[in-house]
Parts: sequence; structure tokens; C-alpha cells
Amino acid sequence: MTHVLSMLVEDKPGLLTRVAGLFARRGFNIESLAVGKSEIAGLSRITVVVDVEQGPLEQVTKQLNKLINVIKIVELDPTQTVEREHLLIKVKVDNTTRSQILEATNLFRARIVDVSTDALVIEVTGDTAKTQALLRVLEPYGIKEIAQSGLLAMGRGSKSITERVYKN
Amino acid sequence: MPTESRPVPTPAKRDASLVPPRKAASAAKEEILTGSGAILRSLEKLGVKDVFGLPGGAIMPFYDELMSSTTIRHILVRHEQGAGHAAEGYASSTGRIGVAIATSGPGATNLVTAIADAHMDSVPLLAITGQVFSTSMGTDAFQEVDIVGIAMPITKHSFLVTRPEDVPATIAAAYLIATTGRPGPVLVDVTKDAQQNSAPFIWPPKVDLPGYRPVTKAHGKQVQAAARLIAEAKRPVFYVGGGVVRAKASEELFALAEKTGVPVVTTLMARGAFPDSHRQHLGMPGMHGTVPAVLALQEADVLVALGARFDDRVTGKPSEFAPDATVVHVDVDPAEISKIRIADVPIVGDAKEVIADLTDAYAEVVKKTKPDISAWWARLGELKTRFPLGYDEPEDGLLSPQYVIERIGAITGPEAIYAAGVGQHQMWAAQYIKYERPNAWLNSGGAGTMGYGVPAAMGAKVANPDRTVWAIDGDGCFQMTNQELATCTINNIPIKVAIINNSSLGMVRQWQTLFYNGRHSFTDLNTGHDTVMVPDFVKLAEAYGALGIRVTTKDEVDAAIKLANETNDRPVVIDFIVSADAMVWPMVPQGVGNSSVQYAREKAPEWEED
Repeated sequence: MTHVLSMLVEDKPGLLTRVAGLFARRGFNIESLAVGKSEIAGLSRITVVVDVEQGPLEQVTKQLNKLINVIKIVELDPTQTVEREHLLIKVKVDNTTRSQILEATNLFRARIVDVSTDALVIEVTGDTAKTQALLRVLEPYGIKEIAQSGLLAMGRGSKSITERVYKN
Repeated sequence: MPTESRPVPTPAKRDASLVPPRKAASAAKEEILTGSGAILRSLEKLGVKDVFGLPGGAIMPFYDELMSSTTIRHILVRHEQGAGHAAEGYASSTGRIGVAIATSGPGATNLVTAIADAHMDSVPLLAITGQVFSTSMGTDAFQEVDIVGIAMPITKHSFLVTRPEDVPATIAAAYLIATTGRPGPVLVDVTKDAQQNSAPFIWPPKVDLPGYRPVTKAHGKQVQAAARLIAEAKRPVFYVGGGVVRAKASEELFALAEKTGVPVVTTLMARGAFPDSHRQHLGMPGMHGTVPAVLALQEADVLVALGARFDDRVTGKPSEFAPDATVVHVDVDPAEISKIRIADVPIVGDAKEVIADLTDAYAEVVKKTKPDISAWWARLGELKTRFPLGYDEPEDGLLSPQYVIERIGAITGPEAIYAAGVGQHQMWAAQYIKYERPNAWLNSGGAGTMGYGVPAAMGAKVANPDRTVWAIDGDGCFQMTNQELATCTINNIPIKVAIINNSSLGMVRQWQTLFYNGRHSFTDLNTGHDTVMVPDFVKLAEAYGALGIRVTTKDEVDAAIKLANETNDRPVVIDFIVSADAMVWPMVPQGVGNSSVQYAREKAPEWEED
């Protein structure tokens, strides 16, 4: 079972090592990781996707909470969450396949960001289901390279995690 | 709704509650100090009186300042591991922070074992290490090691300081983190340039730890639920762990036990948290626990864990541990609750406050219900009578190690401090010395660090100069850290060391005897009876300026202990030549349920048919 955790953390040296180290110690594989600034100066947000049962997840979440530089961890409910990931895909083309690939790109509302005679670089943004579907469509043409961001996620509605941390 | 992972109880006071607010008036004149001067001044401001350490290149600027301190006593150890364990012994015997100092590289890595030990046993330890110049970091400079990285999984937190202006706030934060919530080790690594450069010294500094909010006051409803469970229980037990000692909650525990009449077991880390002489005390549970303590947990219907963490040495096979028990788990660390055993009533809070609240709540509950646990006490009384702690005299006619340890405890008394190494002698010291007060028993429980005993005793003696301090050590353990006898002699720290010399790595030997067909693979140390006796511990003691005594027969035991207790002008080492065949009983073999406890070899107690 995959879980999406959103962590608000202090932007301190070694923070990522501490977080990753805890997952490693418990033998958890991080499926995806996205790190970036948050809306508050000095604080970063980490979005982690892990594949783990509920019991061990609770334990690792508690351990993460013990890290001094971790301010808040929230497990996001997938039904109440907007999720996005971002992919760059370099796919082989020739004169016979180019138009088919362009069509698929349009259908997925993806974009061509680089063109050469025998390859295209396609940019796509979406949830995991969408990006995986596009990859399946492109695969028969020959995928030369993929660069993928970690999953980004945010709860729907007006509330923010930061508000809940700092209201009291 | 997103689920929040942080437990609910009262949000604790935000950040630096221990550091008083800065006074506006005092900001007028800010003193300029070097980073080193700032470390020293910060320690002084925090009330640190004694530190243990050993200088080297990257910590020299600090040592230059330390030399002129009038309030801090520095004790020069002979190995940094000794500084670490001494600081632990200092902390564990007082509840105050222990401070260890080392240089970069190997100095810092020599502290690692002690830091890991403090992490496992929740000891408030501040480790200060020198680091190479910040401009050299990452270049594989001489004596450079990434100690912050190494220490990450074995510290409560670790800091790297590269600027002198960050020193006061970092030391204050380290102190706060180490001593509050669940205590633990904190490492502060300070680069040499940060020590040398200057900055205004501002005290108290602003300590900003937005992610650190230890919960102390527990949820009232949960406490009431626990009180009701205790009142309604037919077979309740208080499973008391080291958290009760760290929280200084012994008085509260005593009141709760007296009020409820519930039996108490104290784990290896909690020996002394509740008086051994108390009629409700069943002894130590676990792998080498007493039969009544082990079976009380097994047969309990309500198990109240107080500052205990369901360690594998206590639970045996977790799936077979206390199968009928409803579990109340009180711990200041939310991550301990339901880690091993799902808690039916989880209570996050400081043991001192929670136990006091629990006593009050119980008093309310019993106004309406009348608890009756007389049948339970009848059962436990029978177990106590049938399976008291005891030992047989060794068949080879040599001295019995249990007898020696029992006599040390009996002659020296409960006001003394006893530090042990790790192994058979540690278990016997936990079993046969009678503890009546907390902080009297020091040992390496979680990490199982051989060599803990001598330096921990040294640290305890520095903190408690008026108490007699014994290190109950093994011949294996003693050879790992006995260099600190030099520190003891030179600095007038007159500890007593009892070497329970069975000429072997005794606990390993015992397992080899029991589980490896008696194949004693590399456990013979040749220090004892009928061997070449290398080293000669008496000569070694004398070489270190200590009084060395050898005891081989029963009739010499008391006189030697008394002489040791009367000798306070130098350390004392008694080499007790004991039988190598003595074993620690009772025992629950590893990997099986606690119901398989063996009272002695091939001898399991009978229990009631279910």
C-alpha cells in the first residue's frame, strides 16, 4: 500500500540524510521524493511516497517526528489530495512515427519541448496514472531516456498544513 | 481528512522553555568572546561543573580556554571512550547532564560507542568535538571525519557549528534537547575556525527549535481509562522501566504502588526505581528475571508499562508475551508506544506527572469499585516461595561469583552506587545486590557495552564524592577500559573495582555451554584459576597506583570488601578468582516465549494448566 507523506521541515544541513536514514534503517524503500522550499522562509516541504503497511508506517512517522528539524508530518488522503508529477521523456522518432507520437502527445495534453531528426523530448505533467499511461503509449516507439520529478501533493480545500502548525 | 501523525495530548510549551527570556537591560554591554570562550561560558552558564575529555589538534583552542575556568573541573581521561562512559555514569547517577569532549577524527570516533550507549539508555549526554577548519572540511584533511554524519542515527540530535556567533544558541539548544523529553545524547561538532574567531557573547541566547515539542502532561481521559482498568483488574502488574528513573518518578511510583497494592517488576534499567525490600516487588523480569516477575507478566490481565519499552530481553518472543494482558503504556516518547506491543491505552507523557495523575485518578475510581486482587497475590506468593532467587555452590570448589556480588551489596549497602560491565556479572549484580533507591544502579542495558563499568563508576564518583562507588566488572570488560584507573588515581577518584574473574567471556561461554554443545570457541581469557593469569590484575592495579587485592576463597571475601570500602586514598581493585562454570539463572532461552522460563538448567517451573 503506498502512502503519501507531506513533511514540513527546517531547511538545515543534513536534513535529507536524517530523513532518508530513518527510512533506510527501517528497510523502507522511498518510491518518490520531492524536496523544495515552502511558503515560509527557512522551511522546506518534503513529499515522500512509500510503499509500506500501516503499522510500520506509523512507527516510521513517529520516528520522523522525533527528528528535531521535522516540524510536521501529515499523511495525505488520496481522495482529498491533488497529486502531480512531472516527466521529461526522450522518445525515438522517424518519418513514419512522428505524427502518431504528436497525436498521442496532444491527446495527453503533453508538450513537445525539443525536436531533432530522430528524437523528441516530451514534457508531461499529471498524476501517476496519467504519466504512466502516456509512457505505455510511447513505449513501442522506443524510449531513450526518462527524467522524472518526485510526486508533489497538496490537500484540497482552503486549509494549509502550515496554518495548523502555527495556529497554536 | 488527512490523518495527523503526531499524538494528541496537550501541546507542550513551544521551544526554549528552560532558557529564561532575555532581559532587555542586560543587552547594553555585549562581551566579545572567541568561539572557544563562548563554549566555555555557555557551559558555565548552564551550570556544568565537571567535564571529561582528552585534547587534540582540532579542539586545542577550546582546551586553552578550559585551562582558565574556575568553575568547571576537567578530568583528563586516557581514552575518549572513557570520557563518554564517565559522562554517562555522571549523568545516570545524578540525572544531570554529562559532558564529554574530544578532538576531531579518531578522538570523535572513540566517543561513538559511548554515544550509542547513551542513545539506547536515554542518558543526557553532551558530546563536544573539535572539527577541522571549515575551509578544509570535505578535503580529507588530517584527522577529519564526518562525525555529525556518523552520529546521526545514534544521537537525539547533532549540530555542526562553523561560526562563533552560533555557539551560545547551539550549546543551549543541545543542553535543552539532551535533558528534556526523553533524554539522550547530543553532539556538537565545532570547527577550529569557529573556536578561534570571535563574536559577541549573548546570553541567554534565542533557542529556536520549532520542531521540538516534548509532551509532558498526559491526556486526562486516557489516565482515567488506565485507572479504571487497574481498579477492575484481577491480575494487574506494574512493568517499570528506566524511564521512571530518568523522570525522577520513584516517589510517585511508590505512592501509586502503595495506593493500589499492585505487584511491581523493575527491568534491568529500572533496578532501584522501586525498593527491592518492598513486599510488592517481584524483582526483575526478562531473560534473567526472577520466576515470579517473569510469570507475573505472562499471567497478567492488565499490564501497566511505565517508562518501559518492551525490549526483546524483557518480552522474549513478543507474540507470546503477556498473552492475556490489556496493555496500558506510559511513555514520554510517542514512538515507543505500540512499537512492539499494541497499547490498548496509550499515554504519552512524563512518568512523574502521569504516575501522580494516575494515583489521583485511581483514588477517585476506587470510591465506587472495590478492587480485589487477593487471589493474584496468593498465586504470586506461591511463586515467590517456590522460586526464590538462588544459586548452587560451584562443583569445582571455586568461589561462587553470586556470593561475592551478594556480599559486596550486603556489606556496602543501598546508599552506594554500583556500576556494572556487561555479561554474567552484570546480571548477577542486577539480581543479588539489593537496590533501594534510583540512580544507584548504573549499567549498559540497551547497547550492552563491555567496558562500561570502570569509566561509568569513575564518572559517578566525580558526581557523588561522598558515596561509595563500586564497579562490578568482568575480566573481559575490565580489559577494555581499565586505563581509566590511571585517571582515577591521578585525579583522586577512589572507586572500587570488583573483577569477577572467571577467566572467560562468561556470558558467551554460558551460551556456548547451553546452545553450542559446550564448544567454548574463543571465550577463554586466561586470566583466572589454573591459567597463566595474563594480565595479573593485582600487579596491574598496583602499576596504576591502586590497591590490588586477590581473593580466592570464601573466607577472604568479606575482609577484602571491607578493606576496599575503608580505602579512600586511591582506587581499589579486587581480583575475585571465581568458578568459570557458574551460570546465570533463571533464564528464558532466546526466541521462545517467556512461559518457557527455566529456573535452573533443565528445570522449568510448573504452572497452572490453562
